[in-house]
Amino acid sequence: MNIVVCIKQVPDTAEVRINPETNTLIREGVPSIINPYDTHAVEAALQIKDKTGAKVTVITMGPPQAEDALRETIAMGADDVRLISDRAFAGADTWATSYALYKAIDKIGFDIILCGKQAIDGDTAQVGPEVAEFLNIPHIAYVRKVEDVSDKSIRVQRLMDDGYDVVESSLPVLLTVVKEINIPRLPSLKGKMAAKKAVITKMDINAIGAEVENVGLKGSPTQVKNIFAPDAKVDRKVLSGTLEEQVDALVKELGVMKCV
Amino acid sequence: MRIEVRSEKCVGCQVCIDSCPYTAIVMKDDKAFINEYCQFCRACVSVCPEGAIIEIAEEGDKVKPADISDYKGVWVFAEQRHGYIASVAFELLGVGRKLADARKTTLSAVLFGSSENEAKELVKWGADRVYFCGDAIFKDFNDEPCSELLSRLISEHKPEIVLAGATPIGRSFIPRVAAKLKTGLTADCTSLEIDAETGNLLQVRPAFGGNIMATILCPNNRPQIATVRPRVMKRGEYVSDRSGEIIKVESGNLLCRTKVVETVTEESSCKVNLQEAEVIVSGGRGLGDAKGFKLLEELAGLLDGTLGSSRAAVDEGWIAYSHQVGQTGKTVCPKIYIACGISGAVQHLVGMSSSDVIIAINKNQEAPIFNVATYGIVGDLYDVVPMMIKKLKEAKA
Ligand SMILES: Cc1cc2nc3c(=O)[nH]c(=O)nc-3n(C[C@H](O)[C@H](O)[C@H](O)COP(=O)(O)OP(=O)(O)OC[C@H]3O[C@@H](n4cnc5c(N)ncnc54)[C@H](O)[C@@H]3O)c2cc1C
Ligand SMILES: Nc1ncnc2c1ncn2[C@@H]1O[C@H](COP(=O)(O)O)[C@@H](O)[C@H]1O
Repeated sequence: MNIVVCIKQVPDTAEVRINPETNTLIREGVPSIINPYDTHAVEAALQIKDKTGAKVTVITMGPPQAEDALRETIAMGADDVRLISDRAFAGADTWATSYALYKAIDKIGFDIILCGKQAIDGDTAQVGPEVAEFLNIPHIAYVRKVEDVSDKSIRVQRLMDDGYDVVESSLPVLLTVVKEINIPRLPSLKGKMAAKKAVITKMDINAIGAEVENVGLKGSPTQVKNIFAPDAKVDRKVLSGTLEEQVDALVKELGVMKCV
Repeated sequence: MRIEVRSEKCVGCQVCIDSCPYTAIVMKDDKAFINEYCQFCRACVSVCPEGAIIEIAEEGDKVKPADISDYKGVWVFAEQRHGYIASVAFELLGVGRKLADARKTTLSAVLFGSSENEAKELVKWGADRVYFCGDAIFKDFNDEPCSELLSRLISEHKPEIVLAGATPIGRSFIPRVAAKLKTGLTADCTSLEIDAETGNLLQVRPAFGGNIMATILCPNNRPQIATVRPRVMKRGEYVSDRSGEIIKVESGNLLCRTKVVETVTEESSCKVNLQEAEVIVSGGRGLGDAKGFKLLEELAGLLDGTLGSSRAAVDEGWIAYSHQVGQTGKTVCPKIYIACGISGAVQHLVGMSSSDVIIAINKNQEAPIFNVATYGIVGDLYDVVPMMIKKLKEAKA
């Protein structure tokens, strides 16, 4: 069985702060990390590998620096990795990203594809389902547990707003996973050695057999028109006096609003 | 297209570096240099005080627009669960009506599963037309049949805009529709408007964990598809005798390789029902411990409200995740939101800043929560909240 995991290197948005004077992002010293959801996808793949002996290949599409993220997954236990990288891929939206990933995955071969629920930089949650559509395979999103897996089928729990669904699918299938699914393992010593030594295979636009008008900025239906700082709409009302007087005034206002 | 720094004009002020959300600009020999992380968002172009950063057109830039002039009308995908239409559908009809009016076109809803009676509700909430397919295949949610039938209907009728809820259902299958039709999809929009000049849909959404907002366009492909989180848009007007057309759709042979074998509804998430609450009393790390929520519960009780929380309080284990408000929790839009001991990080604000009235209680007057608060009280919540409880009780007596 072949498992392909899609990971993305992202800025640690927990560390991103906004400069109140210029209203821009302060990115200085913000570390790049593997998208947190994707480490859960890697772990889910490794758990299936532990059970079935499947081969786990981790891929990422990104600039050359994204190699570091791939090495981390080798340290966790991935068998193989691919860096999908080409100048032509720059500026890709989710459509063009999914298209490139689909072309690469189709070359690699797959029975199960695992993605994170969403990437924390864009938060779109679109790439997984779009890749499945391109490959013409079913997908199940928001997987919080893999109940059973065989050569032909899989049964999982899918998180919904009001609980969860137990869903079965034939293979091949693509799953996107939420954090509840597992706790990612730490790299082993042996893994760390392997990660250091590993030669990272790169795939460019020719290697994946993609058409140039479908990748990068050119292949992207959406465009970013502009970015700006979230504005604070306020219709502020002043409460004055001692704390008790302020609370008094507030409770009166609440009374008007709610008819206490 | 390329973004390039004219090094002869660059004075090395580094303003562009701060502006770049992708860390794509670095200093080289005291001049700015744009590297391969560039996503062409143009943020740097507009901030450069020297006009040293420019956009350069390249061969092959002009993507030939698909023939988009035949596309007309605004569509709303009305999702249902267990037969009932989700409330987000009515909110989408609210914003959809405005968009349709701005484009001088019609508003349609699409309903798969559920019943014709529910389809009629969509008309009362503002739809001129409802495409309805009540086939059994839609009883449970499966991605493939939903995306296949919706794509087919879109290809046949060519709407210019399609809106869906950013719910586990909408976020799961709508991307397949966008992939199939080769068109753009913008997730989690917080504002949707028509650009008066071009007629394009201006889609505003948070990015980078809510730290910035981005306006997204889909100029050359149709339909323009967007998802919207529940409770972000206001519902339209309910008119019980509004008439509209219900068009029954045959599903035909739809491929479905997944099967829902069981559906489990979990109690806890239902009890909280944050998204329907009119009053929410929320607590953050400032509570200091789990017992603080007992106090807030008493306040919430007096106001017929429910309890919310920041992520910090959930991470501390003081309250269940189902109470979390914000980027990774729920988006809420109550009449009154009372934030106690919450600093007001952007990730929290994106989940509650559209509440009608926001009351902030925080002992640090610099806390960003005060920037969005209608009423702010600078003080210890353990003084303020008990005082409020006492006075509310007096007012009730
Ligand atoms: C990708 C991402 C997603 C996130 N999603 C969410 C989300 O969905 N929801 C969310 O809430 N956060 C989210 N966060 C976390 C967010 O950035 C903040 O860390 C969090 O909101 C802080 O919670 P807090 O305000 O309770 O705690 P703090 O920031 O620690 O603030 C506590 C406040 O309480 C005040 N205080 C202390 N004692 C008292 C007292 N006795 N009386 C009155 N005031 C007092 C302090 O002055 C302070 O302002 C997310 C972060 C990331 C990176
Ligand atoms: N550039 C990329 N390379 C590999 N996988 C990606 C990439 N972008 C997104 N993904 C995968 O798609 C998931 C959803 O991403 P997104 O749609 O950007 O929120 C991520 O959790 C990854 O598993």
